Amino acid sequence: MADTRLMNVAAALREATDLCMARDPRVFVMGEGVADPKAIFGTTAGLLERYGRDRVMEMPIAENGFTGVAIGAALLGRRPLIIHQRVDFALLALEQLVNNAAKTRYVSNGRHRVPLVVRMIVGRGWGQGPAHSQSLDALFAMIPGLKLVLPTTAREAKGQLIAAIEDDDPVMMIEHRWVHYATGHVPEGYYTVPLDGPRRVREGGDVTIVATSYMLLEALRAADTLAQAGVQADVIDMAVPRPFRPQLVVDSVRRTGRLLCIDTGFRLFGIGAELVASVAEQALGSLAKPPVRLGLPDHPTPSTRALLTDFYPTALSIIDAAAELADVPVERIAGPREALAVELSKLPMDVPHPTFRGPF
Amino acid sequence: MTRTTTSGGAATVGDNSPLGLYRSMLRIRLIEEAIAERYAEQEMRCPVHLSIGQEAVAVGVCAELRRTDKVVSTHRCHAHYLAKGGDLKAMMAEIYGKAAGCCGGRGGSMHLFDDDVGMLLSLPIVASCMPIAVGAALALRQEGTDGVAATFFGDGSIEEGVFHESMNFAALHRLPVLFVLENNLYSCYTGLADRQPDRPLADLAKAHAMAAETADGNDLEAVRAATARAVARGRAGEGPTLLVFDTYRWREHCGPNYDNDIGYRTEAEFQGWKAGCPVERTAAALRAAGLLDEALEAALRRELGAEVAEAFDFARNAPFPAADSVKDHVYG
Repeated sequence: MADTRLMNVAAALREATDLCMARDPRVFVMGEGVADPKAIFGTTAGLLERYGRDRVMEMPIAENGFTGVAIGAALLGRRPLIIHQRVDFALLALEQLVNNAAKTRYVSNGRHRVPLVVRMIVGRGWGQGPAHSQSLDALFAMIPGLKLVLPTTAREAKGQLIAAIEDDDPVMMIEHRWVHYATGHVPEGYYTVPLDGPRRVREGGDVTIVATSYMLLEALRAADTLAQAGVQADVIDMAVPRPFRPQLVVDSVRRTGRLLCIDTGFRLFGIGAELVASVAEQALGSLAKPPVRLGLPDHPTPSTRALLTDFYPTALSIIDAAAELADVPVERIAGPREALAVELSKLPMDVPHPTFRGPF
Repeated sequence: MTRTTTSGGAATVGDNSPLGLYRSMLRIRLIEEAIAERYAEQEMRCPVHLSIGQEAVAVGVCAELRRTDKVVSTHRCHAHYLAKGGDLKAMMAEIYGKAAGCCGGRGGSMHLFDDDVGMLLSLPIVASCMPIAVGAALALRQEGTDGVAATFFGDGSIEEGVFHESMNFAALHRLPVLFVLENNLYSCYTGLADRQPDRPLADLAKAHAMAAETADGNDLEAVRAATARAVARGRAGEGPTLLVFDTYRWREHCGPNYDNDIGYRTEAEFQGWKAGCPVERTAAALRAAGLLDEALEAALRRELGAEVAEAFDFARNAPFPAADSVKDHVYG
């Protein structure tokens, strides 16, 4: 398209924030590092210079405190955007998020609004270790009253963040650090991508693959390879797990009879578990095979790459799971799978992009 | 006893005359006693944290606030809500779980709010209220007003980390926040000495380069005077103040009863505080000034008693919310 430009997700998020701050003087940014030279992986770059310290507020290291401050300001009609460089830091703010942000509209019988956005970034690779790489999407998805958005593409990330900032409910946006490197066409100017549930990103009738965030990128690679073996995957991006609207997934499984869920979090008690449960409740008879969930194994994330060889799902593990679900003989998928494996092995397993040089 | 207020000519919460403030304290006392008396009927089916014995702090602080100033309170919020001008019928209906309650029955006694009078929120998690008030103060400043935000909390709250996070933030940005510490000596059934080192509580403000005032929390005029100075500092852009008011909760932590017999405090200690009852002290001052006599006192009690009875009747007879509304307002 003539009016679009190539940019990565990090740049798209920066552009969305800039645009919202220019459009609405009530929007302001709070976070540890939002006004520092690193500017949250570049996602707040230039905003301090343009909007000043009153609207790009560097925060003391007091996550629960400044989250409460944001909620109090939001209750009076301001529109704060909080940014945490790691989801793990936001754990200190759960009291305010869960007890106050999520409940105030409900408890006030609809009279109060908390137009708050909290961006949180999931780390991965370069030895981030157990407390800098947790993908805790399910933790936030568990709470009624919080919305949850997991961006993947640059075009959508921009539109989702604008929609989140304009939303009158508290929106948690969890960004996988490796998604920041995903590049795509991004329209100029204002637009929104509604926060209204999952969306189909690839049409197919053989197997339903539901993925989130960085795992959607792996799933799409897998779908390309599966197609070479004649397997057409119906790929759904569970971009908005909250509000929870599984209907697109259920309807897809009614056609394919096969369900594979992959997200970036732990496999147990994850978003995949909720999707499988919903399909079982609503379309059990449509399932030709038991559903499969892929996710992180049941232990914390160690730092050294030596212990991480089988830790993260990949396009290859997605291919294997999907092929088995779709009853594809191994020999039919072996050729394209091997070609992809060779391609993937060119990049070290602990970096997201050839330009990545650490440290976080 | 007349003195200027710090509301800067803007609408105050209520009648700030000496008799008006006494009336406000007595009204809170009578409402709380009525709740205690009727709690056994098993119709108020939510926890209640009564403010009996602590009325002077609520009334003294709120007397210095404008209607548009914001208050954020705790689980023990009845007195703050009423002193800030919150609607009595909406409070009682809430405690009875009725649709006409301020939360439509969704919050109970620990979530009282009234947007019309700046009673922003009450929150039942200890210290959770503090940063909300700091945020309200930030918003008031962003809006370009000279409004202030006050948050009430007990002595247990200052053991929470967010107390310091909130003071640090408010002091850093010189926000107009009143941190109102009602030190009633107990966190549930644990005394201050078992929870904190012995030091002046107001010194905690020094760590954050904040102003602080300590006053007798059962002395209405002392509370007002300290609050007035804090409000003036806030409106002038001179930052937050920690107000330490010593007071005493007469009844059990949660519920309608006296509990001096269960072993965590003594009857003698209670009687000592009761002898300094803030409502009676205020009445005595009025009598000494010739502003109150037995006839006026009786008339006041009749008038307030009728209002309280009417509010209870309203709440008891009001309809419950429709069961099918339970899913409303999770999201907009």
